[in-house]
Amino acid sequence: MKIGRRSFLSFVIGGAAGSAFTPLPWKLIDDSSIWSQNWPWTPVPSDGEYSQKNTVCTLCPGGCGITVRKVDDRAVKIEGMKGHPVNAGGICLLGLSGLQLLYGPTRVKSPLKRVGERGEGKWEKISWDEAISEVAKNLAEIRSQGESHAVGAIVNSDKGTVSNLFKRFLTAYGSPNFMTTPSIQDSYRMTISLMQEVNAQAGFDVENADFILSFGSGIIDGWGSPVRMFKANSAWKAEGKKVVQIESRLSNTAAKSDKWIPINPGTEAALALGLANVIITNSLDSKKISQSTGFESFKKLVQNEYSTDKVSKITGINSTAIVSLAKNFAQASKPLAICGKGQGSAPGSLDEFMAVHALNALVGNINEEGGVWAVSEPDYIKWSDPELDSVASTGVQKERIDGAGSEYLHATSLLNRFPEVINSGEGYPFKALFVSDANPLYSMPDSKAIKAAFKSIPFVVSFSSYMDETASNADLILPNHVYLERYEDVPTLAGLSKPIVGLARPVVKPQFNTKHVGDVIMLMAKALGGKIADAFPWDNYEACLKETLGIKWDALVENGFEFNGDKCMLEGDFNFYPEAMKSLSDFSPVSIEGSALSYPLILMPYDSIRLANGYIGDPPFAIKAVEDTVLKGKDAYVEVNPKTGKELGLTQGRHAFLYTPRGKAKVKVNLYEGIMPGIVALPRGLGHTAYDKYLADKGCNFNELIGSVEDQVSGLDAAWGIRARLTKV
Amino acid sequence: MSTQDDKAKKVSANGVAGPIILFFILGLAASLVSGWMLSPKLLYSQKKQPIDFNHVLHVEAVEEGCESCHFFREDGSFSGIPKLAQCVDCHEEAQGEDPNEVKFVEQYVANGREVPWLVYARQPDCVFFSHAAHVKKAEMECSTCHGNIGESEHSRVYEENRITGYSRDIWGKNMSGLKKHTWERMKMDDCAECHTTKEIETDVETLPWPINWIPRPYEKQTGNQARIKTVKEACFVCHK
Repeated sequence: MKIGRRSFLSFVIGGAAGSAFTPLPWKLIDDSSIWSQNWPWTPVPSDGEYSQKNTVCTLCPGGCGITVRKVDDRAVKIEGMKGHPVNAGGICLLGLSGLQLLYGPTRVKSPLKRVGERGEGKWEKISWDEAISEVAKNLAEIRSQGESHAVGAIVNSDKGTVSNLFKRFLTAYGSPNFMTTPSIQDSYRMTISLMQEVNAQAGFDVENADFILSFGSGIIDGWGSPVRMFKANSAWKAEGKKVVQIESRLSNTAAKSDKWIPINPGTEAALALGLANVIITNSLDSKKISQSTGFESFKKLVQNEYSTDKVSKITGINSTAIVSLAKNFAQASKPLAICGKGQGSAPGSLDEFMAVHALNALVGNINEEGGVWAVSEPDYIKWSDPELDSVASTGVQKERIDGAGSEYLHATSLLNRFPEVINSGEGYPFKALFVSDANPLYSMPDSKAIKAAFKSIPFVVSFSSYMDETASNADLILPNHVYLERYEDVPTLAGLSKPIVGLARPVVKPQFNTKHVGDVIMLMAKALGGKIADAFPWDNYEACLKETLGIKWDALVENGFEFNGDKCMLEGDFNFYPEAMKSLSDFSPVSIEGSALSYPLILMPYDSIRLANGYIGDPPFAIKAVEDTVLKGKDAYVEVNPKTGKELGLTQGRHAFLYTPRGKAKVKVNLYEGIMPGIVALPRGLGHTAYDKYLADKGCNFNELIGSVEDQVSGLDAAWGIRARLTKV
Repeated sequence: MSTQDDKAKKVSANGVAGPIILFFILGLAASLVSGWMLSPKLLYSQKKQPIDFNHVLHVEAVEEGCESCHFFREDGSFSGIPKLAQCVDCHEEAQGEDPNEVKFVEQYVANGREVPWLVYARQPDCVFFSHAAHVKKAEMECSTCHGNIGESEHSRVYEENRITGYSRDIWGKNMSGLKKHTWERMKMDDCAECHTTKEIETDVETLPWPINWIPRPYEKQTGNQARIKTVKEACFVCHK
């Protein structure tokens, strides 16, 4: 028998025919479709018992309540907590992405000690005992040399038990240098203290206002408590209430407002006083305020110095628009003016805050429905003052390194002055610095200066949960639990009219060998011994928190939040013309750095709800949501008006170099008619060098291009931009 | 005569037709054998459960039958295979000398490690199935889908599909897809046996838990009544 080609074909055909009578083809089709619908590399939460836990988001100062959905011990989703007074079930992009901060690769997994050069990324894992004794050894040595005052801490706020434990530690140790990261809350607090003579925070009854005049505040770009502002903005739209946005750039907030009025940047205070002039001249002001202190002087000031024509020249807004805006504002039944640019992370000029506050007072909305409220600060921390030993008593008497309380009487903390004081050698040499819940190396203006300042401090300890810029340049990292792993009281101020205290609770067990920063402070105190140890009578942080919250504890555990108290509004006599306002008798906008000759343009930052720009960087989900006209690949876009672009010969998408007196960056050009000619804008929140590959090395950090400009009265950073030059690559 | 006949004769004369038919039959036979007998062996890998579990022994010891260990949680979701925490209630220490129990206590209980049970009935993740609707509301027996597993003294070999990673139990032991009992197969058609034929109506409000499990009966719904009979648009009730 001859076996040839035909036999072979016949075999194959027979095989094919036969297989049609087996289940194999149908089975394989079925299996491959199941496989392709369930790619094994697609992460799927495992099966298990579902549960939900309520806690508070601390990724921004907004204080939203969140509900974390879990499958067994794994957190799988974060949602806004239903019925929460701040966010009522809503959540923002950053809050939603929080699980990536819990489980992501940027966590610091155990205490680390630097072994290479600073910032080289060479670390040695050490035990907590070793870490605490390392800190104690250094601190004891500094103290024995009588230099306890040369130790400081940078934290995110001066409210809450963790911040106050830090403060207490420094006091008992003997240092006045407790510093906080600045924000518009500082400016508002100072404004209220100067004009109403009460110690209070600004609260805005946005839900009840019916005409919102925003001086550049990013209502839907992350200002105040972001989710609350989003909800308020939607409600204004639904109820036909008016929003007028005064801003040099067509931001998202401006685009969604009823009227956008572009203004020469830095002249907002002049506009506010110009509006005040129109209101007073036309007798549209609230009659009840005419007896207020300083009203006559204020009236004289605005009538003499802020005539509509003059203000029109200063601000670039035409006179008719100013008059009609003033009239519409004053004639609304519940007008509200707010300020603090973008997300409010830069404190801004105190003149502007006072002018806007006076405008509110003029229409009689201070402590009224729909207006600005002076709300009391949380007062539940009632610890007795620590007993100080002789070293501590001497140490705390020393002047603060940042000049707060001395050079600048009204200020309590001026972190913006810290780098310059250190670098210029004006202050005393700093010996050690603690950084917790803050990332100054990224988020402070003039990154170069702050890096240089850090370099000169021999001992830097970071308490960061993440390997951020500051942690990677520290000598020791004592990683805190992330917010989903720890207890903490979260007093929320962020412009709430009824401030609350929230309770952050552990939703999952600590994933790594981390420790609550509150416990670490107590351990450090115990290791130092003596009166420092005595200042912390609690067994651990949880015991301290429970004792501090007292009767609030049960309510907090049950509801997750508690109002500060029924009566939160503080009454004080309104002073229209405090001493500090005299500088406005001759208006000059906050001067910005750089000469117009070598830097013909002005660079301004802008904020986006999709870009976190504080201690927390954008997690991967959030960075994915950034538009292609803001960040593409590794390039950040600078917004340039087409007119300016044409003059400079720059076309859309083209690379360019952006120079400022403080730095240089390679950017791409986005021609955008929403930005004024002569001004260019860069987003905040990009250009990280630390964190993971999703965030690091993307775009440029605005803070590397800008310096700090001290406000004459507050000492806070008043810079709103910097002069710049843009050239083709 | 025509030339075709000549050719046929020629081929036949050369003895080629025989081998062609023979090889056709050989090919046919080979594919039938491989399709029916060899391929299941290639397609499925054989795995042993980490612990040989005796259901009979356990069912005798508990009071509430299957639900003693495979219970419904408070929110109405079904717990499935017990977690270590439940087993520990009785097995904190070995109760007897059975090597399987000793192994379980030493390797898992002592280390607080979950047993990586291989789940015969696990469906692909995109399939939504509510035990509550079937067991509580429709009062179906566990054995209707899972067979008389409560009567087993040893854990069966787990045959894992090398392509999909799911158990052979889903397709069924029989490669042809035929079955004698309801529990021998767990594909969509097997669900459809009830869901395309049974005209049972149920009152939505009497459901044990507020679970949206009912295929929407678009045309015939009256008030809170819903039928279990699946209509064309109801794909997404189960396929999430």
